[in-house]
Amino acid sequence: MTDSKYFTTTKKGEIFELKAELNSDKKEKKKEAVKKVIASMTVGKDVSALFPDVVNCMQTDNLELKKLVYLYLMNYAKSQPDMAIMAVNTFVKDCEDPNPLIRALAVRTMGCIRVDKITEYLCEPLRKCLKDEDPYVRKTAAVCVAKLHDINAQLVEDQGFLDTLKDLISDSNPMVVANAVAALSEIAESHPNSNLLDLNPQSINKLLTALNECTEWGQIFILDCLANYTPRDDRESQSICERVTPRLSHANSAVVLSAVKVLMKFMEMLPKDLDYYGTLLKKLAPPLVTLLSAEPELQYVALRNINLIVQKRPEILKHEMKVFFVKYNDPIYVKLEKLDIMIRLASQANIAQVLAELKEYATEVDVDFVRKAVRAIGRCAIKVEQSAERCVSTLLDLIQTKVNYVVQEAIVVIKDIFRKYPNKYESVIATLCENLDSLDEPEARAAMIWIVGEYAERIDNADELLESFLEGFHDESTQVQLQLLTAIVKLFLKKPTETQELVQQVLSLATQDSDNPDLRDRGYIYWRLLSTDPVAAKEVVLAEKPLISEETDLIEPTLLEELICHIGTLASVYHKPPSAFVEGSRGVMHKRLPARTGSGEGTECPDVGNAAGGSAPEAAPSIIPSQGDLLGDLLNLDLAPPTTTGPTPSTSGMQMGGMDLLGGGLESLMDESEPPHVPLRTDPPQSPSPQPPSPVYTHTDYTYTDYSHTDSPPDHSSTEHSPPAELGGDIGGSPAMGAGFGAAPAVMPASLNAPVGGGLGDLFDLGGGVGMPMGAYIPPKTVWLPAMKAKGLEISGTFARRAGVIQMELVLTNKAMSVMTDFAIQFNRNSFGLAPAGPLQVLTPLGPNQTIEVSLPLSTVGPVMKMDPLNNLQVAVKNNIDVFYFSCQYPISMLFVEDGKMERQVFLATWKDIPNDNESQFQIQDCHLNSEAASNKLQGSNIFTIAKRTVEGQDMLYMSIKLSNGIWVLAELKVQAGNPNYTISLKCRAPEVSQCVFQCYEAVLKN
Amino acid sequence: MIGGLFIYNHKGEVLISRVYRDDIGRNAVDAFRVNVIHARQQVRSPVTNIARTSFFHVKRSNIWLAAVTKQNVNAAMVFEFLYKMCDVMTAYFGKISEENIKNNFVLIYELLDEILDFGYPQNSETGALKTFITQTGIKSQSKEEQSQITSQVTGQIGWRREGIKYRRNELFLDVLESVNLLMSPQGQVLSAHVSGRVVMKSYLSGMPECKFGMNDKIVIDKQGKGGASEEAAAGKSDLGGSGGGGGKQSIAIDDCTFHQCVRLSKFDAERSISFIPPDGECELMRYRTTKDIILPFRVIPLVREVGRTKLEVKVVIKSNFKPSLLAQKIEVRIPTPLNTSGVQVICMKGKAKYKASENAIVWKIKRMAGMKESQISAEIELLPTNDKKKWARPPISMNFEVPFAPSGLKVRYLKVFEPKLNYSDHDVIKWVRYIGRSGIYETRC
Repeated sequence: MTDSKYFTTTKKGEIFELKAELNSDKKEKKKEAVKKVIASMTVGKDVSALFPDVVNCMQTDNLELKKLVYLYLMNYAKSQPDMAIMAVNTFVKDCEDPNPLIRALAVRTMGCIRVDKITEYLCEPLRKCLKDEDPYVRKTAAVCVAKLHDINAQLVEDQGFLDTLKDLISDSNPMVVANAVAALSEIAESHPNSNLLDLNPQSINKLLTALNECTEWGQIFILDCLANYTPRDDRESQSICERVTPRLSHANSAVVLSAVKVLMKFMEMLPKDLDYYGTLLKKLAPPLVTLLSAEPELQYVALRNINLIVQKRPEILKHEMKVFFVKYNDPIYVKLEKLDIMIRLASQANIAQVLAELKEYATEVDVDFVRKAVRAIGRCAIKVEQSAERCVSTLLDLIQTKVNYVVQEAIVVIKDIFRKYPNKYESVIATLCENLDSLDEPEARAAMIWIVGEYAERIDNADELLESFLEGFHDESTQVQLQLLTAIVKLFLKKPTETQELVQQVLSLATQDSDNPDLRDRGYIYWRLLSTDPVAAKEVVLAEKPLISEETDLIEPTLLEELICHIGTLASVYHKPPSAFVEGSRGVMHKRLPARTGSGEGTECPDVGNAAGGSAPEAAPSIIPSQGDLLGDLLNLDLAPPTTTGPTPSTSGMQMGGMDLLGGGLESLMDESEPPHVPLRTDPPQSPSPQPPSPVYTHTDYTYTDYSHTDSPPDHSSTEHSPPAELGGDIGGSPAMGAGFGAAPAVMPASLNAPVGGGLGDLFDLGGGVGMPMGAYIPPKTVWLPAMKAKGLEISGTFARRAGVIQMELVLTNKAMSVMTDFAIQFNRNSFGLAPAGPLQVLTPLGPNQTIEVSLPLSTVGPVMKMDPLNNLQVAVKNNIDVFYFSCQYPISMLFVEDGKMERQVFLATWKDIPNDNESQFQIQDCHLNSEAASNKLQGSNIFTIAKRTVEGQDMLYMSIKLSNGIWVLAELKVQAGNPNYTISLKCRAPEVSQCVFQCYEAVLKN
Repeated sequence: MIGGLFIYNHKGEVLISRVYRDDIGRNAVDAFRVNVIHARQQVRSPVTNIARTSFFHVKRSNIWLAAVTKQNVNAAMVFEFLYKMCDVMTAYFGKISEENIKNNFVLIYELLDEILDFGYPQNSETGALKTFITQTGIKSQSKEEQSQITSQVTGQIGWRREGIKYRRNELFLDVLESVNLLMSPQGQVLSAHVSGRVVMKSYLSGMPECKFGMNDKIVIDKQGKGGASEEAAAGKSDLGGSGGGGGKQSIAIDDCTFHQCVRLSKFDAERSISFIPPDGECELMRYRTTKDIILPFRVIPLVREVGRTKLEVKVVIKSNFKPSLLAQKIEVRIPTPLNTSGVQVICMKGKAKYKASENAIVWKIKRMAGMKESQISAEIELLPTNDKKKWARPPISMNFEVPFAPSGLKVRYLKVFEPKLNYSDHDVIKWVRYIGRSGIYETRC
């Protein structure tokens, strides 16, 4: 008889015909019809319409037909809950059937009908079946409790099924025990804190007895459950281990792996000097090796697990290198995993063999595999010092093959070798440089650039090489850009005379023309360093680099521990904790290895190598995270979370949907993109005398491991910024920028304690807003919202104060293909209550490629909220296309009101009145105005000079400023003839503004 | 646990779909088809995670079996179960093919219902399953029969039913070994191991208690020591034969695994292999050895590149076992570059042919006695290519069959006790056979 014909019915009136057949009187015909229904169901046709007709066939003594009907029921009961109730009676009746097979079938199917309404009808039959005389029924009922719990947990608890299930653990039949254990384990998983499984020495003993007798699957359930138990002491631990070890000889790999899991876990508790501990270690290796002769899919699972085991206890498999050699016809997934383990096991003893193998692999065809093999050679070199030379020469051979991806991979690893063994293999640089042109992958390019920069003094044409990369700077990936920036700075520090132009070029590319915050930040830091203190720059940039660690790609110890507790499971295959891929409450519970108990403690301490158990942090191996995570670490080290408050970068995060122009969108956006809101220094400002803590820029140019930096004191790789003693830097970029940055370091100490946003904001402010005519200070227009980010609308603008009115001057450009209309503007709440005083006047529609200049008067009576930085303004602009968000910073000078001139007496009194803590002092460098000119210039921006005093050739100017919200700022400016450095002291009752005010001083004076 | 199980044909059409858990929807069926079966790239892992759902798959000829789950299941168990599922299906209806699956889909659903409950594997021994899942419809069972079935399915000895009777009690033991080798061109053994299986076919009445013995080094050493001390106690002079049975070699077994009928705790404690076998055929044991392996053949390659368009290959094979024994089905496979345009072969023995479709010269020899040597030489013409990539030079592989166990394993005894029935160990007719086959037997060139 062939059933395949059921798959082929595709006639139109099929359902109708089936209906007729199902209601036929002939048993055979009925059965045929049900088979057809099931076949349709399998291929995904909807046959739910036949529900009543199929259910009618349920009352039969033909077991095969019954099973088919049940199969149908399980599939469609949920979609037809009312109809499903029709089936209840039959189930209840079947649960009383004299045939245990039918009783079991009924209780099994019952649990699969996931309809809330009928669950309560099922409780009585289930209760009976749990106590059935036949073990086959009991073992089925045990699983049914888990099914019911999945549908209605409360019901299961209320009905006391859990207790009955617990009783089944003591059942005489091993299979009943196993299923009860499985069901309880699953239920316990969704109640992490319940003591459901209540494992104690007695119940453990029962489980261990059942372990010897039940099916292979039952053994897995029991072993997996045992693994959750924590023995009371090392003795109990040992006795359990002794009873579990025989499972290592089971033919079923899953039994073996689960046994390994129990042993790996309980071994933690055994004292290391115990003979048994050594015996156990020896016993673990052979079964693990045997797993490698299983089918490939199981080999894969085994290898993923061995990878964990080797990291946790390398001693187990250290002599078994050969079994991990790749076979020519292994599936690729097995090959890649074997390679990983080979590297982990590589040691001085076996390195020759390993290298010979790796060399073979590097000539294979699968690209991924070859790459990994090449990388492995590099890792061997780093891991086993004696082999480094051989590895390097092997890599050079591989480079000679000129196979593109081999060459690139080789260069990446050679860079690591250079770092591990400085001043040893640099002779190969020439060979590497020959291959410069063929590198097209970012990682390889970055590595090569690093090499050129690092060894610039040995490469005659280093500048030419780097310059050639510079041409396409903007097309490079960030990784390459960052590397290029660093390399050129290194080159400059090594050969300053010839490369000045180059360094200026790269600095301006990185800072002005790039909107990548990491790149800009790094660029600015270099720029400041170079312009302030080239010696310090040298110390930072050319600092001795910390050595890289031997082991790579190690799993972080706490995760490793957790994964060891999950040996054999998916978590161990993915190398991820279950919470990473399991939804809901299941698996959220983190498992941990047990701690060693009393008697073991004495012996444990000396053995640091194995202390990955988390007890000894100093033993935790330092880890090289995978390359992807490394970018941008440079800035993260001390500056806390990177922020996006500068004008340009902020726009990147600002594009949010939503039609609400009002605060709502902006506020939610702030919550996301802003760092935690820190008040802008509520503590009194520092007085100039004690040196504020300097920033510690830990510098790693090839962004290696954050671990090594945070762990080790940054003495060798960092330097302190001291406020510069001399004026100006001898190196500068464009005049404007140079001036801007010449002063910048002076800002640093003051802004240090301020939140990061402030510090970085300054940078951008300086970068963007320089260049002021006489009179009121109006910064040049900058692009606030690039067209890319706003569907073609580009907004640039600036702020001005004209005749006492604050104005926002906007230039709107339509770079899209369609006409833009319906412009509107709205501000988020801000520090000084700035708000549009009228609507945005764009009267004519803005056609493609059209530009319009709009001036928007602002009032200062809007809602107030302190921003960070203080002068930050978040803006929403709407047009007919969408709403766009951006933020910009306004010069605080536009808030300086015209009646800001204080009476002399009042000034004196106020100055004395404001506590000294509120005074902050700044330096303005490289300003060549005399006190007269300075005073005039400042007046144009409503900074009024009240008095002037001359003491020993030094002019002291006393000035006052009034902000639009009534805050007074008092200033004392010291100008010494012939000294381009001004000192300014600011006193204010709201010291937060000092910083901004100082910036204005600087901006005004320098233009 | 397993949330669902799907079987697809090579086109990705669903043949069987059984969902056990609510969290697996119908879209999972399609997700696997789209992302794995129809994937553009070759699948790089047997475990695939698609949208937080994990798929485990195995392939048998062109049929895909996929188990699906959303939980942190025991991955090894899932694969073991899939293999078991294949075994069970094969035992029921032979080869796993689209046609067979379609023809037996009702049976498969019935099996899936029985051996997987809520995603938990249940008893999946074919011996037990066949007693109550039959293709011939329902048999009316007596009450005794029913309880016998259930006790067998759930019992300690789930793999054997009671009341089996044979007129002639007979058993066959096959020691099947595959010897694996990876050798460097210079003749250095890079890795070699034997993976062996002891397959037992038994036709024994009742519930026979069996004990299996082999020349396991640990057992022999133990007995040797015990024997020596007994002899000393008896006051006999030491005859120098302390190493167990005179001349009998023992072998070191790296590791072995057993059929679930073997009492593992007993093996662990006393290293004795005792069991009640399933009726018919079963794989009693698997083992692996790496020491003192007899390598039946040695391959000596010589490859010379003559210019860019010609290769000269010479391969010598030497047989390395007793001259009285005969190896069979010898095949040497010499890979050739992809750009081969023509091959001329000369061989002393057997037949050699260049198979363009397989990119190899295949040299076949029907029989070869021990301690002999044979040789093949070939000239390979190459088309000039501008492909920069070098030819990977896959290793030369070999296939053969020899009538001995390359590991040196010997069956010492297999004792049968059936206390309830009146036949003794002597009445059982026993056969033993050794076959050594090549596993992956490669020499790099």
